[in-house]
Amino acid sequence: MIKLIGVALIAAGFALRVNTLLVVLAAGLATGFAAGFSLNEIMAMIGKYFSDNRAMTLPIVLMLPVVGLLERYGLKERAEVLIRRSKAATAGRVILLYTAVRQISISLGVSIGGHAGAVRPLVAPMAEAAARGSGGELSSASVVQIRAHAAAGENIGNFFGEDIFIAVGAILLMKGFFEAQGMNVSVWAMALWGIPTAFIAFAAMWWRCRLLDRRIERAAAVETNPGGAQ
Amino acid sequence: MKIITVEACYAVVGLYLFVLAGRIAAERDHPRRWGSALFWTLLGVTFIGAKVLAPIIIGYFVVAMVVLAAMGQVTRGASHETSRQERVGHAERLRNRIFWPALLIPATAVVGTLILGELHHGDVWLVEPKQVTLIALSLGAMLALIVAMRTTGANVGAASREGSRLLQTLGWSLILPQMLAALGGIFAKAGVGEVVAGLVAQAVPTGVPWVAVLAYCGGMALFTMVMGNAFAAFAVITGGIGLPFIVKLHCSRPWRRISIWCRRCC
Repeated sequence: MIKLIGVALIAAGFALRVNTLLVVLAAGLATGFAAGFSLNEIMAMIGKYFSDNRAMTLPIVLMLPVVGLLERYGLKERAEVLIRRSKAATAGRVILLYTAVRQISISLGVSIGGHAGAVRPLVAPMAEAAARGSGGELSSASVVQIRAHAAAGENIGNFFGEDIFIAVGAILLMKGFFEAQGMNVSVWAMALWGIPTAFIAFAAMWWRCRLLDRRIERAAAVETNPGGAQ
Repeated sequence: MKIITVEACYAVVGLYLFVLAGRIAAERDHPRRWGSALFWTLLGVTFIGAKVLAPIIIGYFVVAMVVLAAMGQVTRGASHETSRQERVGHAERLRNRIFWPALLIPATAVVGTLILGELHHGDVWLVEPKQVTLIALSLGAMLALIVAMRTTGANVGAASREGSRLLQTLGWSLILPQMLAALGGIFAKAGVGEVVAGLVAQAVPTGVPWVAVLAYCGGMALFTMVMGNAFAAFAVITGGIGLPFIVKLHCSRPWRRISIWCRRCC
Protein backbone atom coordinates (compact mmCIF):
# COMPACT_ATOMS: atom_id res chain seq x y z
CA MET A 1 0.00 0.00 0.00
CA ILE A 2 2.77 2.43 0.98
CA LYS A 3 4.15 2.02 -2.55
CA LEU A 4 1.15 3.92 -3.87
CA ILE A 5 2.44 7.11 -2.24
CA GLY A 6 3.84 8.18 -5.62
CA VAL A 7 0.40 8.03 -7.25
CA ALA A 8 -1.05 10.08 -4.36
CA LEU A 9 1.77 12.66 -4.68
CA ILE A 10 1.10 13.03 -8.41
CA ALA A 11 -2.59 13.63 -7.81
CA ALA A 12 -1.95 16.12 -4.97
CA GLY A 13 0.85 17.93 -6.81
CA PHE A 14 -1.17 18.35 -10.00
CA ALA A 15 -4.19 19.54 -7.99
CA LEU A 16 -2.08 22.15 -6.15
CA ARG A 17 -0.38 23.19 -9.41
CA VAL A 18 3.13 22.67 -8.14
CA ASN A 19 5.84 22.63 -10.86
CA THR A 20 5.11 19.41 -12.79
CA LEU A 21 8.75 18.31 -13.03
CA LEU A 22 9.13 18.69 -9.27
CA VAL A 23 5.98 16.63 -8.64
CA VAL A 24 7.19 13.83 -10.90
CA LEU A 25 10.63 13.80 -9.27
CA ALA A 26 9.12 13.78 -5.77
CA ALA A 27 6.78 10.92 -6.73
CA GLY A 28 9.74 8.95 -8.09
CA LEU A 29 11.82 9.52 -4.96
CA ALA A 30 8.94 8.68 -2.59
CA THR A 31 8.04 5.49 -4.48
CA GLY A 32 11.68 4.45 -4.62
CA PHE A 33 12.20 4.99 -0.88
CA ALA A 34 8.92 3.21 -0.07
CA ALA A 35 10.14 0.19 -2.05
CA GLY A 36 13.40 0.17 -0.09
CA PHE A 37 15.82 1.59 -2.67
CA SER A 38 18.67 3.91 -1.60
CA LEU A 39 19.02 7.47 -2.90
CA ASN A 40 21.87 6.47 -5.20
CA GLU A 41 19.91 3.52 -6.58
CA ILE A 42 16.99 5.82 -7.37
CA MET A 43 19.33 8.35 -9.02
CA ALA A 44 20.82 5.59 -11.16
CA MET A 45 17.32 4.49 -12.20
CA ILE A 46 16.30 8.04 -13.11
CA GLY A 47 19.52 8.48 -15.09
CA LYS A 48 19.08 5.19 -16.92
CA TYR A 49 15.42 5.66 -17.87
CA PHE A 50 15.96 9.32 -18.74
CA SER A 51 18.73 8.31 -21.16
CA ASP A 52 16.76 5.35 -22.54
CA ASN A 53 13.94 7.68 -23.52
CA ARG A 54 15.92 10.37 -25.32
CA ALA A 55 14.09 9.32 -28.48
CA MET A 56 11.02 11.17 -27.13
CA THR A 57 12.84 14.52 -27.19
CA LEU A 58 15.06 14.06 -30.24
CA PRO A 59 12.57 14.91 -33.04
CA ILE A 60 11.29 17.98 -31.18
CA VAL A 61 14.75 19.53 -30.77
CA LEU A 62 15.91 18.70 -34.28
CA MET A 63 12.82 20.31 -35.80
CA LEU A 64 13.13 23.56 -33.81
CA PRO A 65 15.29 25.50 -36.30
CA VAL A 66 13.38 24.46 -39.43
CA VAL A 67 9.93 24.98 -37.92
CA GLY A 68 11.00 28.28 -36.34
CA LEU A 69 12.38 29.51 -39.63
CA LEU A 70 9.27 28.53 -41.59
CA GLU A 71 7.05 30.22 -39.01
CA ARG A 72 9.08 33.40 -39.31
CA TYR A 73 8.63 33.33 -43.08
CA GLY A 74 4.87 33.04 -42.94
CA LEU A 75 4.03 29.30 -42.78
CA LYS A 76 1.01 29.87 -40.55
CA GLU A 77 -0.16 32.89 -42.52
CA ARG A 78 0.01 30.90 -45.79
CA ALA A 79 -1.85 27.98 -44.23
CA GLU A 80 -4.59 30.42 -43.22
CA VAL A 81 -4.89 31.76 -46.77
CA LEU A 82 -5.26 28.24 -48.16
CA ILE A 83 -7.79 27.09 -45.60
CA ARG A 84 -10.00 30.16 -46.08
CA ARG A 85 -10.50 29.20 -49.73
CA SER A 86 -12.30 26.07 -48.60
CA LYS A 87 -15.84 26.89 -47.49
CA ALA A 88 -16.43 23.47 -45.90
CA ALA A 89 -13.41 23.64 -43.62
CA THR A 90 -14.05 23.82 -39.88
CA ALA A 91 -11.55 23.31 -37.07
CA GLY A 92 -13.03 19.91 -36.22
CA ARG A 93 -12.97 18.70 -39.83
CA VAL A 94 -9.37 19.78 -40.37
CA ILE A 95 -8.28 17.93 -37.21
CA LEU A 96 -10.35 14.84 -38.07
CA LEU A 97 -8.89 14.71 -41.58
CA TYR A 98 -5.39 14.84 -40.12
CA THR A 99 -6.28 12.09 -37.64
CA ALA A 100 -7.53 9.89 -40.48
CA VAL A 101 -4.42 10.43 -42.60
CA ARG A 102 -2.19 9.77 -39.59
CA GLN A 103 -4.05 6.62 -38.54
CA ILE A 104 -4.24 5.06 -42.00
CA SER A 105 -0.62 5.82 -42.91
CA ILE A 106 0.79 4.52 -39.62
CA SER A 107 -1.28 1.34 -39.89
CA LEU A 108 0.60 0.69 -43.14
CA GLY A 109 3.90 1.24 -41.34
CA VAL A 110 4.48 4.75 -42.65
CA SER A 111 5.14 7.35 -39.96
CA ILE A 112 4.31 10.88 -41.07
CA GLY A 113 3.46 13.81 -38.84
CA GLY A 114 4.16 14.20 -35.16
CA HIS A 115 3.53 16.99 -32.69
CA ALA A 116 6.67 18.91 -33.60
CA GLY A 117 6.69 18.15 -37.32
CA ALA A 118 3.04 18.56 -38.28
CA VAL A 119 0.69 19.63 -35.49
CA ARG A 120 2.46 22.81 -34.42
CA PRO A 121 3.46 24.16 -37.87
CA LEU A 122 0.52 22.93 -39.99
CA VAL A 123 -2.51 21.28 -38.40
CA ALA A 124 -3.13 23.66 -35.48
CA PRO A 125 -2.76 26.86 -37.56
CA MET A 126 -5.03 25.43 -40.28
CA ALA A 127 -7.66 24.45 -37.74
CA GLU A 128 -7.47 27.88 -36.11
CA ALA A 129 -7.77 29.58 -39.49
CA ALA A 130 -10.78 27.42 -40.37
CA ALA A 131 -12.46 28.40 -37.11
CA ARG A 132 -11.74 32.09 -37.73
CA GLY A 133 -13.10 31.85 -41.24
CA SER A 134 -16.47 30.70 -39.96
CA GLY A 135 -16.72 32.62 -36.71
CA GLY A 136 -14.68 35.83 -36.82
CA GLU A 137 -12.13 36.36 -34.05
CA LEU A 138 -11.49 33.54 -31.61
CA SER A 139 -11.39 33.75 -27.85
CA SER A 140 -8.13 32.59 -26.27
CA ALA A 141 -10.07 29.70 -24.68
CA SER A 142 -11.18 28.50 -28.12
CA VAL A 143 -7.62 28.75 -29.46
CA VAL A 144 -6.33 26.60 -26.61
CA GLN A 145 -9.11 24.04 -27.16
CA ILE A 146 -8.38 23.81 -30.88
CA ARG A 147 -4.66 23.28 -30.23
CA ALA A 148 -5.41 20.62 -27.62
CA HIS A 149 -7.72 18.77 -30.01
CA ALA A 150 -5.10 18.96 -32.78
CA ALA A 151 -2.55 17.40 -30.42
CA ALA A 152 -5.09 14.75 -29.37
CA GLY A 153 -5.75 13.91 -33.04
CA GLU A 154 -2.06 13.16 -33.43
CA ASN A 155 -2.08 10.88 -30.36
CA ILE A 156 -5.22 8.99 -31.30
CA GLY A 157 -4.25 8.55 -34.94
CA ASN A 158 -0.76 7.40 -34.04
CA PHE A 159 -1.47 5.15 -31.05
CA PHE A 160 -4.52 3.33 -32.33
CA GLY A 161 -3.20 3.06 -35.86
CA GLU A 162 0.28 1.72 -35.23
CA ASP A 163 -0.88 -1.52 -33.60
CA ILE A 164 -2.41 -2.66 -36.90
CA PHE A 165 1.09 -2.82 -38.36
CA ILE A 166 2.86 -5.96 -37.14
CA ALA A 167 6.47 -4.77 -37.12
CA VAL A 168 5.94 -1.98 -34.61
CA GLY A 169 7.65 -1.90 -31.20
CA ALA A 170 4.41 -2.18 -29.22
CA ILE A 171 3.33 -5.41 -30.96
CA LEU A 172 6.76 -6.96 -30.52
CA LEU A 173 6.74 -5.96 -26.85
CA MET A 174 3.42 -7.72 -26.30
CA LYS A 175 4.54 -10.81 -28.19
CA GLY A 176 7.69 -10.91 -26.07
CA PHE A 177 5.66 -10.52 -22.89
CA PHE A 178 3.27 -13.36 -23.76
CA GLU A 179 6.13 -15.63 -24.81
CA ALA A 180 7.82 -15.01 -21.46
CA GLN A 181 4.54 -16.22 -19.86
CA GLY A 182 4.63 -19.35 -22.00
CA MET A 183 1.82 -18.27 -24.32
CA ASN A 184 2.12 -18.21 -28.06
CA VAL A 185 0.15 -15.33 -29.53
CA SER A 186 0.46 -14.63 -33.24
CA VAL A 187 1.38 -11.07 -34.23
CA TRP A 188 -1.16 -11.30 -37.04
CA ALA A 189 -3.95 -12.02 -34.55
CA MET A 190 -2.87 -9.06 -32.44
CA ALA A 191 -2.78 -6.78 -35.48
CA LEU A 192 -6.20 -8.04 -36.67
CA TRP A 193 -7.85 -7.41 -33.29
CA GLY A 194 -6.36 -3.96 -33.20
CA ILE A 195 -8.65 -2.95 -36.07
CA PRO A 196 -11.97 -2.73 -34.14
CA THR A 197 -10.29 -0.66 -31.43
CA ALA A 198 -8.85 1.63 -34.09
CA PHE A 199 -12.33 2.20 -35.54
CA ILE A 200 -13.82 2.91 -32.11
CA ALA A 201 -11.01 5.34 -31.29
CA PHE A 202 -11.58 7.15 -34.59
CA ALA A 203 -15.33 7.32 -33.95
CA ALA A 204 -14.62 8.86 -30.56
CA MET A 205 -12.37 11.43 -32.22
CA TRP A 206 -15.08 12.21 -34.78
CA TRP A 207 -17.53 12.84 -31.94
CA ARG A 208 -15.06 15.08 -30.10
CA CYS A 209 -14.37 17.10 -33.24
CA ARG A 210 -18.10 17.62 -33.73
CA LEU A 211 -18.41 18.86 -30.16
CA LEU A 212 -15.43 21.14 -30.70
CA ASP A 213 -17.04 22.76 -33.75
CA ARG A 214 -20.29 23.29 -31.87
CA ARG A 215 -18.49 24.81 -28.90
CA ILE A 216 -16.62 27.23 -31.17
CA GLU A 217 -19.88 28.23 -32.86
CA ARG A 218 -21.54 28.84 -29.52
CA ALA A 219 -18.57 30.88 -28.24
CA ALA A 220 -18.68 32.99 -31.42
CA ALA A 221 -22.42 33.52 -31.00
CA VAL A 222 -21.93 34.72 -27.42
CA GLU A 223 -19.23 37.09 -28.56
CA THR A 224 -21.38 38.77 -31.21
CA ASN A 225 -24.24 38.98 -28.74
CA PRO A 226 -22.52 39.58 -25.40
CA GLY A 227 -25.73 40.31 -23.50
CA GLY A 228 -26.97 36.82 -24.31
CA ALA A 229 -30.50 38.26 -24.68
CA GLN A 230 -31.77 35.58 -27.02
CA MET B 1 29.75 -1.68 -38.22
CA LYS B 2 27.27 1.13 -38.69
CA ILE B 3 28.23 4.46 -40.24
CA ILE B 4 25.33 6.54 -38.89
CA THR B 5 24.23 5.50 -35.41
CA VAL B 6 21.39 6.85 -33.33
CA GLU B 7 23.98 7.99 -30.77
CA ALA B 8 25.36 10.31 -33.47
CA CYS B 9 21.88 11.85 -33.82
CA TYR B 10 21.71 12.32 -30.04
CA ALA B 11 25.13 13.97 -30.16
CA VAL B 12 23.85 16.41 -32.79
CA VAL B 13 20.94 17.25 -30.49
CA GLY B 14 23.38 17.75 -27.59
CA LEU B 15 25.66 20.03 -29.62
CA TYR B 16 22.70 22.03 -30.85
CA LEU B 17 21.50 22.46 -27.26
CA PHE B 18 25.00 23.78 -26.38
CA VAL B 19 24.74 26.34 -29.19
CA LEU B 20 21.33 27.46 -27.95
CA ALA B 21 22.60 27.65 -24.36
CA GLY B 22 25.45 29.84 -25.61
CA ARG B 23 22.97 32.10 -27.40
CA ILE B 24 20.89 32.47 -24.24
CA ALA B 25 23.99 33.22 -22.13
CA ALA B 26 24.82 36.01 -24.58
CA GLU B 27 21.35 37.58 -24.37
CA ARG B 28 21.99 40.54 -22.07
CA ASP B 29 18.32 41.41 -21.68
CA HIS B 30 17.32 37.82 -20.75
CA PRO B 31 15.81 37.87 -17.24
CA ARG B 32 17.30 34.52 -16.16
CA ARG B 33 20.07 33.99 -18.64
CA TRP B 34 22.50 32.00 -16.47
CA GLY B 35 19.90 29.63 -15.01
CA SER B 36 18.36 29.00 -18.43
CA ALA B 37 21.74 28.53 -20.11
CA LEU B 38 22.77 26.05 -17.40
CA PHE B 39 19.53 24.06 -17.80
CA TRP B 40 19.99 23.61 -21.56
CA THR B 41 23.70 22.84 -21.14
CA LEU B 42 22.88 20.08 -18.64
CA LEU B 43 20.29 18.64 -21.03
CA GLY B 44 22.89 18.71 -23.80
CA VAL B 45 25.32 16.82 -21.56
CA THR B 46 22.74 14.09 -20.85
CA PHE B 47 22.19 13.70 -24.60
CA ILE B 48 25.87 13.41 -25.49
CA GLY B 49 27.10 11.65 -22.37
CA ALA B 50 24.42 9.00 -21.85
CA LYS B 51 26.69 6.19 -23.03
CA VAL B 52 29.85 7.55 -21.35
CA LEU B 53 28.67 8.86 -17.98
CA ALA B 54 27.36 6.57 -15.25
CA PRO B 55 23.54 6.59 -14.98
CA ILE B 56 23.82 7.92 -11.43
CA ILE B 57 25.57 11.07 -12.69
CA ILE B 58 22.87 11.59 -15.31
CA GLY B 59 20.35 11.12 -12.50
CA TYR B 60 21.87 13.94 -10.46
CA PHE B 61 22.02 16.15 -13.57
CA VAL B 62 18.30 15.51 -14.04
CA VAL B 63 17.66 16.54 -10.42
CA ALA B 64 19.66 19.73 -11.03
CA MET B 65 17.51 20.50 -14.09
CA VAL B 66 14.31 19.91 -12.12
CA VAL B 67 15.53 22.21 -9.31
CA LEU B 68 16.40 24.95 -11.83
CA ALA B 69 12.96 24.64 -13.40
CA ALA B 70 11.15 24.61 -10.05
CA MET B 71 13.04 27.74 -8.92
CA GLY B 72 11.78 29.63 -11.96
CA GLN B 73 15.24 29.87 -13.48
CA VAL B 74 14.17 28.50 -16.88
CA THR B 75 12.25 31.31 -18.54
CA ARG B 76 11.78 32.95 -21.89
CA GLY B 77 14.02 35.76 -23.05
CA ALA B 78 12.78 39.09 -24.31
CA SER B 79 10.60 38.43 -27.33
CA HIS B 80 11.94 39.52 -30.68
CA GLU B 81 9.19 38.02 -32.80
CA THR B 82 8.65 39.49 -36.22
CA SER B 83 5.50 41.47 -36.90
CA ARG B 84 2.49 39.79 -38.46
CA GLN B 85 2.67 42.24 -41.34
CA GLU B 86 6.19 41.13 -42.18
CA ARG B 87 5.17 37.45 -42.06
CA VAL B 88 2.16 38.07 -44.32
CA GLY B 89 4.52 39.78 -46.75
CA HIS B 90 6.81 36.76 -46.81
CA ALA B 91 3.81 34.44 -47.19
CA GLU B 92 2.62 36.38 -50.25
CA ARG B 93 6.07 36.28 -51.80
CA LEU B 94 6.85 32.60 -51.15
CA ARG B 95 3.29 31.27 -51.64
CA ASN B 96 3.17 27.45 -51.46
CA ARG B 97 6.93 27.07 -51.59
CA ILE B 98 6.92 27.61 -47.82
CA PHE B 99 5.31 24.15 -47.42
CA TRP B 100 7.99 22.17 -49.24
CA PRO B 101 10.49 21.99 -46.36
CA ALA B 102 7.71 21.05 -43.92
CA LEU B 103 6.54 18.24 -46.21
CA LEU B 104 10.10 17.13 -46.86
CA ILE B 105 10.48 15.91 -43.26
CA PRO B 106 7.82 13.15 -43.46
CA ALA B 107 8.81 12.35 -47.06
CA THR B 108 12.45 11.79 -46.09
CA ALA B 109 11.38 9.83 -43.03
CA VAL B 110 9.26 7.46 -45.15
CA VAL B 111 11.75 6.98 -47.98
CA GLY B 112 14.59 6.75 -45.48
CA THR B 113 12.81 4.12 -43.40
CA LEU B 114 12.13 2.00 -46.47
CA ILE B 115 15.58 2.29 -48.07
CA LEU B 116 18.28 3.29 -45.58
CA GLY B 117 17.84 0.19 -43.40
CA GLU B 118 18.60 -2.07 -46.34
CA LEU B 119 21.82 -0.42 -47.47
CA HIS B 120 24.91 -2.38 -46.46
CA HIS B 121 28.16 -3.62 -47.88
CA GLY B 122 28.90 -6.89 -46.16
CA ASP B 123 29.03 -6.04 -42.47
CA VAL B 124 29.20 -2.28 -42.96
CA TRP B 125 25.71 -0.80 -42.61
CA LEU B 126 24.91 2.77 -43.56
CA VAL B 127 22.57 3.19 -40.61
CA GLU B 128 21.69 1.14 -37.53
CA PRO B 129 18.89 -1.09 -38.93
CA LYS B 130 17.00 -1.14 -35.61
CA GLN B 131 16.93 2.65 -35.30
CA VAL B 132 16.26 3.44 -38.94
CA THR B 133 13.03 5.41 -38.29
CA LEU B 134 14.67 7.77 -35.80
CA ILE B 135 17.76 8.26 -37.96
CA ALA B 136 15.67 8.89 -41.09
CA LEU B 137 13.64 11.47 -39.16
CA SER B 138 16.80 13.20 -37.97
CA LEU B 139 18.26 13.30 -41.48
CA GLY B 140 14.91 14.58 -42.77
CA ALA B 141 14.91 17.44 -40.26
CA MET B 142 18.43 18.46 -41.25
CA LEU B 143 17.71 18.21 -44.98
CA ALA B 144 14.54 20.25 -44.48
CA LEU B 145 16.56 22.94 -42.69
CA ILE B 146 18.91 23.28 -45.66
CA VAL B 147 16.00 23.48 -48.10
CA ALA B 148 14.19 25.97 -45.86
CA MET B 149 17.26 28.23 -45.74
CA ARG B 150 17.54 28.12 -49.54
CA THR B 151 13.81 28.80 -50.04
CA THR B 152 13.59 31.69 -47.61
CA GLY B 153 17.08 33.07 -48.18
CA ALA B 154 17.72 33.05 -44.44
CA ASN B 155 21.18 32.31 -43.01
CA VAL B 156 22.33 29.93 -40.29
CA GLY B 157 22.16 32.68 -37.68
CA ALA B 158 18.48 33.28 -38.36
CA ALA B 159 17.72 29.55 -38.14
CA SER B 160 19.54 29.26 -34.83
CA ARG B 161 17.76 32.37 -33.49
CA GLU B 162 14.32 30.99 -34.44
CA GLY B 163 15.24 27.60 -32.93
CA SER B 164 16.21 29.35 -29.72
CA ARG B 165 12.91 31.26 -29.68
CA LEU B 166 10.89 28.03 -30.03
CA LEU B 167 13.01 26.18 -27.48
CA GLN B 168 12.40 28.91 -24.93
CA THR B 169 8.68 28.81 -25.70
CA LEU B 170 8.68 25.10 -24.87
CA GLY B 171 10.86 25.67 -21.79
CA TRP B 172 11.31 22.96 -19.21
CA SER B 173 8.21 21.06 -20.35
CA LEU B 174 10.44 19.64 -23.12
CA ILE B 175 11.86 17.06 -20.68
CA LEU B 176 8.52 16.14 -19.09
CA PRO B 177 7.93 13.05 -21.29
CA GLN B 178 11.37 11.70 -20.38
CA MET B 179 10.71 12.40 -16.68
CA LEU B 180 7.38 10.57 -16.83
CA ALA B 181 9.06 7.63 -18.52
CA ALA B 182 11.64 7.58 -15.70
CA LEU B 183 8.82 7.63 -13.15
CA GLY B 184 7.15 4.73 -14.95
CA GLY B 185 10.40 2.80 -14.76
CA ILE B 186 10.67 3.39 -11.01
CA PHE B 187 7.02 2.36 -10.53
CA ALA B 188 7.69 -0.87 -12.40
CA LYS B 189 10.84 -1.64 -10.36
CA ALA B 190 9.08 -0.78 -7.11
CA GLY B 191 6.22 -3.16 -7.87
CA VAL B 192 3.45 -0.56 -7.85
CA GLY B 193 1.54 -2.55 -10.47
CA GLU B 194 1.38 -5.66 -8.31
CA VAL B 195 -0.08 -3.62 -5.45
CA VAL B 196 -2.74 -2.15 -7.73
CA ALA B 197 -3.55 -5.55 -9.21
CA GLY B 198 -3.93 -6.96 -5.68
CA LEU B 199 -6.28 -4.16 -4.68
CA VAL B 200 -8.39 -4.66 -7.81
CA ALA B 201 -8.60 -8.39 -7.16
CA GLN B 202 -9.93 -7.73 -3.64
CA ALA B 203 -12.31 -4.93 -4.51
CA VAL B 204 -13.88 -6.18 -7.75
CA PRO B 205 -15.83 -9.39 -8.41
CA THR B 206 -13.50 -10.61 -11.14
CA GLY B 207 -15.47 -13.88 -11.41
CA VAL B 208 -17.85 -12.15 -13.78
CA PRO B 209 -16.21 -11.97 -17.21
CA TRP B 210 -17.27 -8.46 -18.21
CA VAL B 211 -16.31 -7.07 -14.82
CA ALA B 212 -12.86 -8.61 -15.21
CA VAL B 213 -12.47 -7.04 -18.65
CA LEU B 214 -13.68 -3.70 -17.33
CA ALA B 215 -11.17 -3.83 -14.46
CA TYR B 216 -8.43 -4.72 -16.93
CA CYS B 217 -9.25 -1.91 -19.34
CA GLY B 218 -9.82 0.64 -16.58
CA GLY B 219 -6.59 -0.32 -14.86
CA MET B 220 -4.71 -0.09 -18.13
CA ALA B 221 -6.11 3.36 -18.91
CA LEU B 222 -5.42 4.64 -15.39
CA PHE B 223 -1.89 3.33 -15.31
CA THR B 224 -1.08 4.63 -18.75
CA MET B 225 -2.20 8.09 -17.65
CA VAL B 226 -0.14 7.94 -14.45
CA MET B 227 2.98 6.67 -16.17
CA GLY B 228 2.73 8.70 -19.32
CA ASN B 229 3.14 5.69 -21.61
CA ALA B 230 1.72 2.21 -22.00
CA PHE B 231 4.87 0.14 -22.28
CA ALA B 232 5.28 -0.23 -18.52
CA ALA B 233 1.53 -0.28 -17.93
CA PHE B 234 1.01 -3.17 -20.35
CA ALA B 235 3.34 -5.56 -18.56
CA VAL B 236 2.13 -4.56 -15.11
CA ILE B 237 -1.62 -4.67 -15.70
CA THR B 238 -1.62 -7.65 -18.07
CA GLY B 239 0.53 -9.57 -15.60
CA GLY B 240 -1.51 -8.41 -12.61
CA ILE B 241 -5.09 -8.49 -13.90
CA GLY B 242 -5.18 -9.67 -17.51
CA LEU B 243 -3.53 -13.06 -17.20
CA PRO B 244 -4.86 -14.29 -13.82
CA PHE B 245 -8.42 -12.96 -14.06
CA ILE B 246 -9.17 -13.03 -17.77
CA VAL B 247 -7.01 -15.60 -19.52
CA LYS B 248 -6.72 -18.17 -16.73
CA LEU B 249 -10.15 -17.68 -15.21
CA HIS B 250 -12.24 -17.23 -18.33
CA CYS B 251 -10.11 -18.68 -21.05
CA SER B 252 -12.39 -17.60 -23.85
CA ARG B 253 -10.33 -16.30 -26.66
CA PRO B 254 -12.49 -13.44 -27.93
CA TRP B 255 -12.66 -11.81 -24.51
CA ARG B 256 -8.96 -12.03 -24.14
CA ARG B 257 -8.15 -10.54 -27.47
CA ILE B 258 -10.55 -7.67 -27.22
CA SER B 259 -9.18 -6.78 -23.84
CA ILE B 260 -5.61 -6.86 -25.07
CA TRP B 261 -6.53 -4.06 -27.37
CA CYS B 262 -8.30 -1.96 -24.86
CA ARG B 263 -5.21 -0.09 -24.00
CA ARG B 264 -3.74 3.21 -24.89
CA CYS B 265 -0.39 2.52 -26.37
CA CYS B 266 2.64 4.74 -26.36
